[in-house]
Amino acid sequence: MPLFDRKDKSRYAAFTRRTLMTGGAMGAVLGVLGVRLYQLQILEGDQFRTKSEENSVSARLVAPLRGRIFDRFGVELATNRRNYRVLIIPEQALGGVDEAIDTIGKIILLTDRDRDRIMRDIANNKKFVATTIAENLTWEQFARVNLQLPYLSGIQPDVGQTRDYPFGEELSHVVGYVAAASTKDQQSDTDPLLALPGFRIGKRGIEKSLEKDLRGSAGVSRVEVNAYGRVIRELSRDPGAPGSDVWLTLDRDLQKFVVDRMADESCAVAVMDVATGDVLALASTPGYDPNLFNVGITQTQWKSLLENDHRPLSDKALSGLYPPGSTFKPAVALSALDAGAITPDFSINCTGSLAFGNHIFHCWQKHGHGRVNLHRGIAQSCDVYFYNVARRLGIDGLEAGAHRLGLGNRTGIEIPGERGGVIPGRAWKEKTFGVKWLEGETLNAGIGQGYVLVTPLQLCTMAARIASRRAVSPRIVRVLGREAQQRSQLTKLAFSDAAIGAVQSAMNAVTNEPMGTAFKWRIPDAGYEMAGKTGTAQVRKISEAEHLSGVIKNDRLPWKLRDHALFIAYAPVSNPRYAAAIVQEHGAVESHPHVQMVRDILLYVQQRDPLKRTPGWPVSAASLDRDTVRL
Amino acid sequence: MARRGAGWTDKLLLVHWPLVLLITVIAAIGCAMQYSMAGGHLYPWAAPQIMRFGVGLVLLFAVAFVDIRVWLALAYPAYVISFLLLIAVEIVGHVGLGAQRWLEIGPIQIQPSELMKISLVLALARYLHGLALDEVSKPHRLLIALVMIVLPAALVLKEPNLGTATIILADGFSLLFLAGLSWWWILPAVGGVLGAVPVAWHFLHDYQKQRVLTFLNPQNDALGAGWNISQAEIAIGSGGLTGKGFAHGTQSRLNFLPEKNTDFAYTALGEEFGFVGSVALLVLFAIVMYFGVRIATQSRSQFGRLVAMGITLNFFFYIMINGAMVMGMIPVVGIPMPLISYGGTAMLTVMFGFGLLMSVYVHRQVELPRSSGGII
Repeated sequence: MPLFDRKDKSRYAAFTRRTLMTGGAMGAVLGVLGVRLYQLQILEGDQFRTKSEENSVSARLVAPLRGRIFDRFGVELATNRRNYRVLIIPEQALGGVDEAIDTIGKIILLTDRDRDRIMRDIANNKKFVATTIAENLTWEQFARVNLQLPYLSGIQPDVGQTRDYPFGEELSHVVGYVAAASTKDQQSDTDPLLALPGFRIGKRGIEKSLEKDLRGSAGVSRVEVNAYGRVIRELSRDPGAPGSDVWLTLDRDLQKFVVDRMADESCAVAVMDVATGDVLALASTPGYDPNLFNVGITQTQWKSLLENDHRPLSDKALSGLYPPGSTFKPAVALSALDAGAITPDFSINCTGSLAFGNHIFHCWQKHGHGRVNLHRGIAQSCDVYFYNVARRLGIDGLEAGAHRLGLGNRTGIEIPGERGGVIPGRAWKEKTFGVKWLEGETLNAGIGQGYVLVTPLQLCTMAARIASRRAVSPRIVRVLGREAQQRSQLTKLAFSDAAIGAVQSAMNAVTNEPMGTAFKWRIPDAGYEMAGKTGTAQVRKISEAEHLSGVIKNDRLPWKLRDHALFIAYAPVSNPRYAAAIVQEHGAVESHPHVQMVRDILLYVQQRDPLKRTPGWPVSAASLDRDTVRL
Repeated sequence: MARRGAGWTDKLLLVHWPLVLLITVIAAIGCAMQYSMAGGHLYPWAAPQIMRFGVGLVLLFAVAFVDIRVWLALAYPAYVISFLLLIAVEIVGHVGLGAQRWLEIGPIQIQPSELMKISLVLALARYLHGLALDEVSKPHRLLIALVMIVLPAALVLKEPNLGTATIILADGFSLLFLAGLSWWWILPAVGGVLGAVPVAWHFLHDYQKQRVLTFLNPQNDALGAGWNISQAEIAIGSGGLTGKGFAHGTQSRLNFLPEKNTDFAYTALGEEFGFVGSVALLVLFAIVMYFGVRIATQSRSQFGRLVAMGITLNFFFYIMINGAMVMGMIPVVGIPMPLISYGGTAMLTVMFGFGLLMSVYVHRQVELPRSSGGII
């Protein structure tokens, strides 16, 4: 049989024909693929290139360095310190996460709770995401971890930044603290920085009020990420702008002295430059350690702060409202003198009480002061005298005068949470209680009781205004960033010189004349003498029966029932430079510890004389500011 | 009877060396892409791929030097064995990726569907070798051929492995076409298939339907099933004219491409070498096919011609389906890009195929009587 025949020939011809067709079809298909490539890569290439960059390039926020807070001489009150941390990257822990944590646990102490949190964080994150094992380590701990690093697979030491308050409780109410932003914060503030893990914002004090300046603006790091979000490398970095530094008017040494002197009392003190209103010390004790809030406060710590009857969380200097008691009397006297309701010679006979309407108004001196004029009325703090003055002045004059001295209004200090208090008036009472003002209430207001409520800072402002005869207002921010904070022109206090002179002389008598209520606790050093006014704010109602049988002395009452003790003062008498005010809660005892505190503080501040010292950078603007005011 | 006694040293001179060189160049490009996608490392992909290619090259020559008459003789047994293995997979197959595709015999993993592609080409070529041109279109002859094609395709489809089943069908029908099947059969069949598409849709697996739907509208599901298509298009498209440069492809290196080193390896090439590189590879493939067609037409036996074209078309179908898939022209099916994608089975199957092609070339002068083919 031949290997080839005609049939073979015909099918070979057919095969060749169809092979050529097939070859053409294959070529055509490859051509179509080429056209598709042309469409994707040449025509739409730019568009896909953009998409590919969007895919692989991720912009990450870089937290800016927070501005620092200094006192007037450049002492750091709030600063950023290195935060030594230890992180774990689970996928790099060759012997497993448990073993890695066991090993690190031998170097730094980890509680069971720490371990639970670490394991939870690890479980919630991808294997390449670093989880914090411990932070705020001491240098020694950190060094030990680094030394053992070769044996710690998956463990990564890291240095971050965290807020630090070197003086802790001493400045808690002024400086405030930072803490993680809450959901509410994130709703009201759309800065994307707030969503950054570990980012802190100011929650109280200067940290809160100057948050926008201290925060700075976010930097951006452009990183290449893979499909799982793992960072492969950094492409570019914009560090952002660090926050502005803030220089306060505060003198940290004085602050320390004040707080040490206040010891464990529930107390508020303000010390002010009478000419400019610069606050030199502002303290409310007890305080709390602001660092707790930054690193995370524990349940027990928080509970103990809340349950403390000395209320460490409340800033009594700004938000504590107290009846001013007798410290209100200079305000009543000034208003009455200025309004012409009395002259300094106006006198009455104090018998220990005054009947008005169907009510008897008592003097603190049960047996009466006898003949009392303005000088004696203030020096001996005669209540009956001021019942009479208030009656002559009337509530309208009293209200206007007190406001002029800065009472009953927010002072506008740059610390959040300040309260205004109350100077009662006809309109106020009508609005608040819906009833008419009663004349008897004017008498009560005349001795700083009744509805009158002020803050310690307002009292200090009043003392400063009387001392300098200028309408000073307290301020605490001296320099923000590189800008010295300009003060508005200080206007003359709207009381006649004669009236102010009479009140100053009477306040001098309080401390420096033997009849004065605070003579015992005067500053005897020549040239450093202070003038002042004592006060007591009643906490409990004293019944008529008790009046008859003799009021129980505060010393013998439980702490909670004792009256609040107040004192305002300025010094030196001859050329006043410093004003101070104190409210010591439940501190009204015979030995007048609050007056002693102010005495020591005013003596200390005069001897130290921070106003004479060169302030920290920038020197020129701030000192100029002060010198132009000083006349 | 020419060169019946030619030894393998003599055959060495008969080898189509340009084709060998071309295959080596393409495989080298594939290994380079594997190196790039591992971030510039030989491991885990490039080095094994190089080794596999080396083994594949040895296989190619071994197959090439085996006389074509031996392959003719082995065609039916190979087909039967492949068919039995496919049934075995159906019964005891290892479930991998939700599909029964693998068969483990000792340490060796066998994918019978891959074997079937080659076996079908051999068996069908032998069958058609025995038929004169007018016999091919006779119903009872055609029926046997159709059974030979459709039965294994159905088994593979049931695994389920739509891609390979499609290639088996395409290989088989192409051979019928090349053997001279009458247009009176072809045209109505094509029309019938087009009409049957809606019916076929009904029988697809859910994941297969999902793939088709996703393909039709990838943006609908950009992070789910559409991810592959979207990311592949981004990878290729972002390459532009000349690409991002070797080992600088962000899409592939940063794992935005799933299966980047296997089924989607061609996208990495498109990303890093751009339009120029992608088209260059297509041109190299085109030359391979040109060589295949030339070898087919030079063979003096119908068996050799059909085997050569069968192998060439099989290679072509890989390229067409994978290329169209990564460019978003057809739904995602698990078909690798030959010589480029990472994977041992595909590499060995392709090299074995080239071995057969080479055997046809080496033994192009061998004439086989028609009676040696035909009915079993």
